[in-house]
Amino acid sequence: MIKTRKGWALAAGILAVSTTALAAPPSAEMLSNACAGCHGTNGGSAGLTMPSLAGQSKEAIVDAMKKYKSGERKSTIMGRLAKGYSDAQIVAMGEFFSKKKIHATNQTLDPVKVAKGASLQEANCSRCHLEEGREGKDDTPAMASQWLPYLQIQMNQYLTDQRKMPEKMAEKVKPLSKADLDALLHYYASVK
Amino acid sequence: MTLDRRDFLKLMGAGAGVSLAGCATQQTAAVGEAMSKSGGRRVVVVGGGYGGTVAAKYIRMLDSSIEVVLIEPNKQFVSCPFSNLYIGGLLKDLSSLTIGYDKLAANHGIKMVHDTVTAVDPVKKTVTVSTGTIDYDRLVVSPGVDFRAEELEGYNLATTPEIMPHAWKAGPQTLLLRKQLEAMPNGGTVVLTVPVSPFRCPPGPYERTSMIAMYLKEHKPKSKIVVLDANPDIASKPGLFRKGWAKHYASIIDYRKAQKVTAVNEKNRSVFVEGIEEIKGDVVNVIPPQRAGKIAQVAGLIGPDKAWCPVDATTFESKLHKNIHVIGDACIAGAMPKSGYSANSEAKVCATNVVAMMNGKETTELSGINTCFSYISAKEAISVAGVYTVKGGAIIAVPNSGGVSPDLSELEAIYAESWLKNILTEMST
Repeated sequence: MIKTRKGWALAAGILAVSTTALAAPPSAEMLSNACAGCHGTNGGSAGLTMPSLAGQSKEAIVDAMKKYKSGERKSTIMGRLAKGYSDAQIVAMGEFFSKKKIHATNQTLDPVKVAKGASLQEANCSRCHLEEGREGKDDTPAMASQWLPYLQIQMNQYLTDQRKMPEKMAEKVKPLSKADLDALLHYYASVK
Repeated sequence: MTLDRRDFLKLMGAGAGVSLAGCATQQTAAVGEAMSKSGGRRVVVVGGGYGGTVAAKYIRMLDSSIEVVLIEPNKQFVSCPFSNLYIGGLLKDLSSLTIGYDKLAANHGIKMVHDTVTAVDPVKKTVTVSTGTIDYDRLVVSPGVDFRAEELEGYNLATTPEIMPHAWKAGPQTLLLRKQLEAMPNGGTVVLTVPVSPFRCPPGPYERTSMIAMYLKEHKPKSKIVVLDANPDIASKPGLFRKGWAKHYASIIDYRKAQKVTAVNEKNRSVFVEGIEEIKGDVVNVIPPQRAGKIAQVAGLIGPDKAWCPVDATTFESKLHKNIHVIGDACIAGAMPKSGYSANSEAKVCATNVVAMMNGKETTELSGINTCFSYISAKEAISVAGVYTVKGGAIIAVPNSGGVSPDLSELEAIYAESWLKNILTEMST
């Protein structure tokens, strides 16, 4: 082993060059792990207003990120972050999180609202929010077990035109009362 | 130092005697066990903060055949992020900022050693603690910051912080600064000094200014806070801080740029700008200039700037010693700021490449994130966010991405709470 100072510097210099030259481009795992500081390890969120990405559909993540990137979907921080990724990188992250198990949350929820939501979801939401909200048709997001405060913030953004509802959703949501909608959110938060 | 810790443990509701005794027993057992296990591959991680916990966890997640020993003197970690909210009175205590290591260690099979590293031998690849020596194949150090006290005439590392707290390492110092503010008379002056960049948490001094001003406005409205900033301007989110201060605290905050404090006087509770102008305060929060934490000095990892540790941008391996990686505030990470989230992100990049190198596999280029919230008032926060990549061997921000909030935001204050919850959960489970 080279022990002189000059030797160390030389060895370190070669090392720096070689690792940089050999390094593979960021993998799906490398890209996605960086998100976990806010969205939880493997995308399982412990923060009540931050969505879990674990088990979310790839299409829903890609759709959300592309809309954040273009500014079509309003955000606080996500738009600024989404602009840092190529479309291919966004797809890679979507794939990574979609392969993780849904993050089951334990929330204190009003059982009356949960029951009411359960009776409403079948007729109103289940064509797109499949499997009791565990999956989604096309780019429809999965909602099962998301934190209630997160779901409430999103619904409020829909109702105040800060987030654009897909047409099919708007048709279903319009006739429902705020109490109905709140019950639905309680229901989806309760699904494990 | 010992007294601080005892006081602190008392305040945290733990019996000091019991805790310290329990600590000593566990240290001996842990080192004995760690040392006796030979033949396998081992990574030693030094420092159980935002960087070290996450590096230890992800190395185990990525390759459970690698033994990981995490060395950290304290049994609990108190987060610097959000500690300004306690100082301002938005948090009743530090419990929501405090995490332990038990769950992390149990969930991932990490061996905890509660001890202080006294020496590192990069040739023999050993780390020395008070109870013995631990071999490593690779060493990850995440030591945070230390103070360049020698640049402040009259500053004594042992006594000055007790009179003029820095509160730049969360815990007893945070409690002390709050206590001093509570004891200050209405009409008193708070002096806050900002060191020259780079330092831990670039927006931190300005968030603290906001939180102290908020407290004064509500409880001591005749009081003022004088900010003496060694930098040519507010070092982070300047437009947003100015806007927030103008909106809420115009008559309370007296911000003075390019005012470098070079000396302090404990007896007068005063600081000297460029050694000449003496400014006294009833509460004086001196944030000293900083360098990489002590273990980085001990291990000879600090570069020619005599402050920070140069590292490879892909692996975070030290440019001075092979097989030693430096992450977090202590390292020079190009465009990535010295923040908790950066340390979290760097830890994962480092863990990925430590595991790759130990398995003779190709390394992976960095993709990093920083997100950092600052509270302006009880209900409004601002943020800065960035995505990072490597170009020509240096960490750069991805062009046309990241940046600061357009305005003060109530939603960002709500999201910031979840930021804290998630990042501390990542570190502790």
